[in-house]
Amino acid sequence: MAARSKMILGRVAQAIPVVIGVVVISFLLTRALPGDPAAYFAGPAADEASIAEIRETLGLDKPLVQQFFYYVGDLIRGDLGTSLTTGQAVLTDLGARLPASLELTLVALLLSCAIAIPLGVLAATRPGTWVDHLCRVLVTAGVSMPTFFTGILLIYIFYYLAGLAPSPLGRLDFIYLSPPRVTGFYLIDAALAGDWETWLGALKQLILPATTLALFTLAPIARMTRAAMLSALSSDFIRTARAAGLSDRKVLFGYAFRNALLPVVTTLGMVFSFTLGANVLVEKVFAWPGIGSYAVEALVVSDYAAVQGFVLAMALLFVALNLVIDIAYALIDPRIGLN
Amino acid sequence: MTDTSRRKFLKLTGTTMGAAMLPFLKAMPAHAQTGGTIVVVSGQTINSLDLHRTGTNRASYQVAVNCYDRLVSFGTKDAPGGGLSYDYDTIVPELAESWTISDDGLTMTFNIKSDATFWDGRKVTAADVKWSFDRAVSVGGFPTVQMRAGGLERPDQFAVLDDETFVITLDRPSKLTLPDLAVPVPFIINSEVAMANATDDDPWAMEYLHMTPAGSGAFKVARWDQGQQLVYERNDAWVGGPLPYFERVIVREVPSPATRRALIERGDVQMSFNIPNRDAAELDEMGDVDVYSTPIENCIHCLCPNFNFEPFQDANVRKALAYAIPYEAIFQTAAYGRGAPMWGGEAEITDTAWPRRSPYMTDLARAREHMAESGFASGFEVPLSISLGLADWMEPTALLLQEAFGEIGIITQIERIPGANWRTAALVEKRLPLHLENFGGWLNTPDYYFYWAYKYGHLFNSSNYLNEEIETLIDNTLHIPMDDPAYAPNIQRMFEIAFEDLPRIPLWQPALNVAMNDAAGYEFWFHRQLDVRPLTAATN
Repeated sequence: MAARSKMILGRVAQAIPVVIGVVVISFLLTRALPGDPAAYFAGPAADEASIAEIRETLGLDKPLVQQFFYYVGDLIRGDLGTSLTTGQAVLTDLGARLPASLELTLVALLLSCAIAIPLGVLAATRPGTWVDHLCRVLVTAGVSMPTFFTGILLIYIFYYLAGLAPSPLGRLDFIYLSPPRVTGFYLIDAALAGDWETWLGALKQLILPATTLALFTLAPIARMTRAAMLSALSSDFIRTARAAGLSDRKVLFGYAFRNALLPVVTTLGMVFSFTLGANVLVEKVFAWPGIGSYAVEALVVSDYAAVQGFVLAMALLFVALNLVIDIAYALIDPRIGLN
Repeated sequence: MTDTSRRKFLKLTGTTMGAAMLPFLKAMPAHAQTGGTIVVVSGQTINSLDLHRTGTNRASYQVAVNCYDRLVSFGTKDAPGGGLSYDYDTIVPELAESWTISDDGLTMTFNIKSDATFWDGRKVTAADVKWSFDRAVSVGGFPTVQMRAGGLERPDQFAVLDDETFVITLDRPSKLTLPDLAVPVPFIINSEVAMANATDDDPWAMEYLHMTPAGSGAFKVARWDQGQQLVYERNDAWVGGPLPYFERVIVREVPSPATRRALIERGDVQMSFNIPNRDAAELDEMGDVDVYSTPIENCIHCLCPNFNFEPFQDANVRKALAYAIPYEAIFQTAAYGRGAPMWGGEAEITDTAWPRRSPYMTDLARAREHMAESGFASGFEVPLSISLGLADWMEPTALLLQEAFGEIGIITQIERIPGANWRTAALVEKRLPLHLENFGGWLNTPDYYFYWAYKYGHLFNSSNYLNEEIETLIDNTLHIPMDDPAYAPNIQRMFEIAFEDLPRIPLWQPALNVAMNDAAGYEFWFHRQLDVRPLTAATN
């Protein structure tokens, strides 16, 4: 156990330079963006004087180095600054929007895994059969359709034509009140509050966007599962296991699948990160108040604090994600030591 | 499952939603007699509940309209293109019972309605009006600029005579002052609530009012989930006008136009505000949904040749541009025929209507003649700049312009500028040689438009146009009353010069499109934001 916590601490320590790098780069990049936030926020009829006034309020008249040290000082105190667009603390905005994105992404990934992994295993054990072809078709269709298109198509079929899906109006239809906030994940919060009507409402809203994202993420997971299973099934230890007369089930799941999981977990980590990024289009189509659309809107108007906060939050999220994946490796494969 | 569609549900329970049945509404109890709820979707996001704050976006102006009162408001008239419109020529009371203007036009005295109260029940006094006006002229940025347009510049111009009497003293009489009091900016805040939440660093309670409105208007904000929805709840004690029909208005933000269209067509929402031209044209044709396309008053989409760029200093080149533009094709492609054409007008100017058709039309032969007479007969190259933030109309327009200008030897490359840089490049630095522009003036007089768009150095004069006669004409006309004998001749002379010099070549007058399903009463406003007060259930 001591080895494990040491390893975790080690990983966290390794993340520190990464975070410092992210802070510096995100600061410089936002400043390098063309565009003048003062002119933008001064409004449609502002003159030179009022633009200068606003530049001063925003602290943008100070030298870059000084701005940077103010920023770092605030950061150390846990203050990510105030977003100009929303007028709220960036931390508040992220706290409100990150759970929405995470909930959507996680549900989508669960859904995707639930389909892709069995599909990949089946395709690998029966190469060349209809299952394999189905896997190939689904995977090709999933990656070749852009998410916003899949999203609109699903809305058109299931909401507009069939009337099966609820109005694509974000996380909850307007007839529900959002559940009392604990985690920010509506499914968890509603369950904690025992409000199953709202839980169901939130789940219904999730189905279409989660399916859209799941279709998009099926491909890498299913392909990777299939490839990893194929290579595992053709390796020597499987031949030995079969020769030893172990049951098919034991061979498949006890030996082949467990070995195939490593690359799948790696892929999952990558898929998770790019899904959070790809979210933004799905968020727009389904009016999902997530972090992707927040970042894009902030970027469009050069809202420095919000963009920096977003980049930082993402960096921290990935550090945490990598940590989780490293630990998962160790659990799956005893050969990978925790130290 | 179609039987659960909200539309059918509405049909069963009456025209609007049975308020008491919905779990959301349990938390906010209401009387179910007149109103019910209307759901509006919009693609824009509301980022503040206080218009005076730095960074408040346009969509947020609706809060100032719906939740706050002004001293006066505009009347109502029938709009071209169906529905209702505000009426610039009629000023009606809102919080003021009556007003008098001294003979020299320098002193305006307002009597405040004695039964007007804020949401907390306190009477609206002249002190509140003064505090609110002081705030608008002091906070800087857009509100201060807009107040200045009406000659309202300093707190010492505003005086409290007694609780119900408020006096404005002007430096010079202006026809723009009274209308400027009816725009969203000079809204009246509950100054006691605001001051109780002000700090030394924040004397105008910007932080507090940003999240918590304190007004006397027709609606209160029941709930605001930023980036998702704003829920208005009716103020039954409102005296600023007739009591609104709906008790609750839910404004949902749905960024994707395709999703908004599906929602309005299905009837799950009753109103889709500011829809794209294409959707407006198609929905109108289908006929299931009521579509209102109101040409935006005092607003023109223009092509602007910049006088700092040498070829455009040549009048023949500018006229060649104006004759080469494929107006009709642009109007149909970029605007789907929504709005009003701005080309092919009479050469002789006999009235003061504005926006008006220019005397130019598509005539490539004449365009080539003008090019041949110019000093640039062999043509030249120039970037044609557009804003990515306005790409929906600028992109198709630019492509058609590019093709047409190629015919007369002007080779253009389309330069797409990100929305955040557009203002700086086009309006502040005024460095784009050839670009598209779409100024619209809130105060609906031609001289006001000219003041912003044709006067040298002014923000929307992105062509760097300077004409001494125009400068004098604008200065002499801006503040005189419209019935002054000099007014009409001055305005007509401005039109003549503008069409001769062509610093802005009018393309078309854009429209604001709104779709309604099972609701009525939509009224167009110059501020192009949603006024929820006049909305009613469908009458048929």
